[in-house]
Amino acid sequence: MSDNTPTERDNKYYTASQWQLIWWRFLRHRPAMTGGIVLLMMAFWGLFADFMTPYSGTNRDRDYVLGPPQIPQFWDHNGFSVRPFLHGVKTERDPETLRKIAVPDPETRRYVEFFVRGESYSFLGLFESDRHLFGVSEGKIHLFGTDDLGRDLYSRTAFATATSMSIGVIGVVLSFVLALIIGGIAGYWGGYIDYGIQRLTEIVRVIPVIPLFMGLTAAFPQNWTNIQVYLAMTLVLGLIGWPTLARRVRSHLLTQRNEDYVLAAELSGASPRRVIGRHLLPSFTSYIIVDLVITFPYVILSETALSFIGLGLRPPSISWGLLLQGAQNVRSIEQAPWMFIPAIFVVIAVLAFTVLGDGLRDAADPYQVSN
Amino acid sequence: MISFVLQRLAGLIVTMFFVSVMVFVIMELPPGDYAERYAFRKLAATGTQVTEADIDTLRVRFGLDEPAPVRYVNWISGIVLRGDFGQSFAFETSVNKLIGDRIWLTLALLFATLFLTYLISIPIGIYAAVRRQSVADYSLTIFSYLGLALPNFLLALVLLYLSVKIFDSSIGGLFSPAYIDAPWCLAKLGDLLQHLFVPAIVLAWSATAFQLQTVRATMLDELNKLSVTAARARGLPEWKLILKYPARLAINPVVSSIGFDGNRVFSELPIVAVVLALPEMGELLLKSFIDLDTNVAGALLLLLTLFIVVMNFVSDILLALLDPRIKLEGG
Repeated sequence: MSDNTPTERDNKYYTASQWQLIWWRFLRHRPAMTGGIVLLMMAFWGLFADFMTPYSGTNRDRDYVLGPPQIPQFWDHNGFSVRPFLHGVKTERDPETLRKIAVPDPETRRYVEFFVRGESYSFLGLFESDRHLFGVSEGKIHLFGTDDLGRDLYSRTAFATATSMSIGVIGVVLSFVLALIIGGIAGYWGGYIDYGIQRLTEIVRVIPVIPLFMGLTAAFPQNWTNIQVYLAMTLVLGLIGWPTLARRVRSHLLTQRNEDYVLAAELSGASPRRVIGRHLLPSFTSYIIVDLVITFPYVILSETALSFIGLGLRPPSISWGLLLQGAQNVRSIEQAPWMFIPAIFVVIAVLAFTVLGDGLRDAADPYQVSN
Repeated sequence: MISFVLQRLAGLIVTMFFVSVMVFVIMELPPGDYAERYAFRKLAATGTQVTEADIDTLRVRFGLDEPAPVRYVNWISGIVLRGDFGQSFAFETSVNKLIGDRIWLTLALLFATLFLTYLISIPIGIYAAVRRQSVADYSLTIFSYLGLALPNFLLALVLLYLSVKIFDSSIGGLFSPAYIDAPWCLAKLGDLLQHLFVPAIVLAWSATAFQLQTVRATMLDELNKLSVTAARARGLPEWKLILKYPARLAINPVVSSIGFDGNRVFSELPIVAVVLALPEMGELLLKSFIDLDTNVAGALLLLLTLFIVVMNFVSDILLALLDPRIKLEGG
């Protein structure tokens, strides 16, 4: 777009494809852009969690159990330092409860270092590495504090982000496939098939979602491995969105089915599968994408809620809901308010998905006036 | 009208039949059966060796040796004909006894929540649409985003934490300690109403956010209608015409989603109940799922769904009464 003469711009606008128009409108939607960028950053952070975090999710620091967040600082009473540092930790007894507690030792400094060597990990199963983005010279660093077993909450939040977001993605994809198949069949053939499927979705919709899921997840055998539970969870969560999505697919197909281009395709001998997949579905892909983005928050929140009450993923898996189990009652929040930090990530992720969905919906609306 | 009601009633019964089949399937899902769990729980506690023969005897006693369709018929006919939901093996009483009071507490909670939701969302939604793009309108948008983003159980935790920090009192539970085992009386009812307030706010949180948006959007559509312009031209006072035309129609989508709101409340109940220590059905449901106490879980799932189906039924009829555009031929 080096040349900005009005005619050039107009030409560009009138010859732009549907997707380009959507993309341009989307770029101008500030909240949606922000939401999208936040989500990309979260996904990046979660995907490279092994590198981004100083410790693995199960590494225990016995000298700093249930310790508050340590914030790197540049100066203290001993003066200024260019390199950020933490105070060392020493163990004392609580004068009241006589429990061992970790207190900062203002006389010692531990400098924050970058690209340090630490625990080795295999990155996405591709190669081995022991480099971590940051760490401290001696002892350990806990940006978000530690839980009651001395595990680093920052690292655990990163791994949880990876788990919860990936469950969201797989769950949404599954419900999307289900909705396409079921809604597609109902909308294309209509008649009795449509009637039967409509009744079925209605029945599924009246059963309260979380109680229904609780029933399904409670049926997971206790001896399942974490991978099995994870996959089963994504399957269950895939059930969440399909009735709504299927309904949208169906109603759109019902209106489009009588269009001339469908008749033309049928007369040319196209099979139903080809007519649905090749001609009908592309006519409303943009709407489906919007619906998918809107479904995300529900899937993520359901996972969080189910894991939170102990009917979802199981330790040693790490997810947002499992992390929040540590903050299940007032006493634990009072004792360690930082256990609530993962909740902030849940809220931010859901907010980001919601504004992104709203922005996409506006962008994908072909009737929206645009200049 | 009568044929419309009858038709909906028939639909209700058909739906409940399919729901009961689904619930039965879910009850059958967990590995092992009731007899095994019963045997291990009862007999293992007394230290006796559990043999395969013991379990088989139990199976015959509970009628579990029959094929699944027969067991379904036994289960559902017990419920429909005798109102008997069977036995809870974890609590060693009948399910009916367990559910007893909780059913009323759950309904009280549901109605308190819905009342609060509509009390807030309808007037404020109307106001926000009339005063479009005002401060009130924008703060409402922010609130409704938060309503979705901050899950109810987290809100419950935050409220609990604040109440302990600021007021130094806990807001959990549905009764003060003094009233928990007391028989029903006016004082106990008053105590219950006081305690209902916080859970109702927590449960109404996301439903209110959602309904506010619905009311506002419908109002905005209706405000541009010619009927409004015509009424304004006739010199009707602004508040009167808003109440008479657009506001009346803005209530319809709310009425039609009463069942949906009920579904939302019941979805959130079990989790909120854990956080706020509420002795109602959601909490029992969670417990029974964890113990694999399938009879209790099935009964509760069935009852919760029945409430929603009945609410849908009521909302259909209300809508037919409220909205003259709806044809009563059904379909």
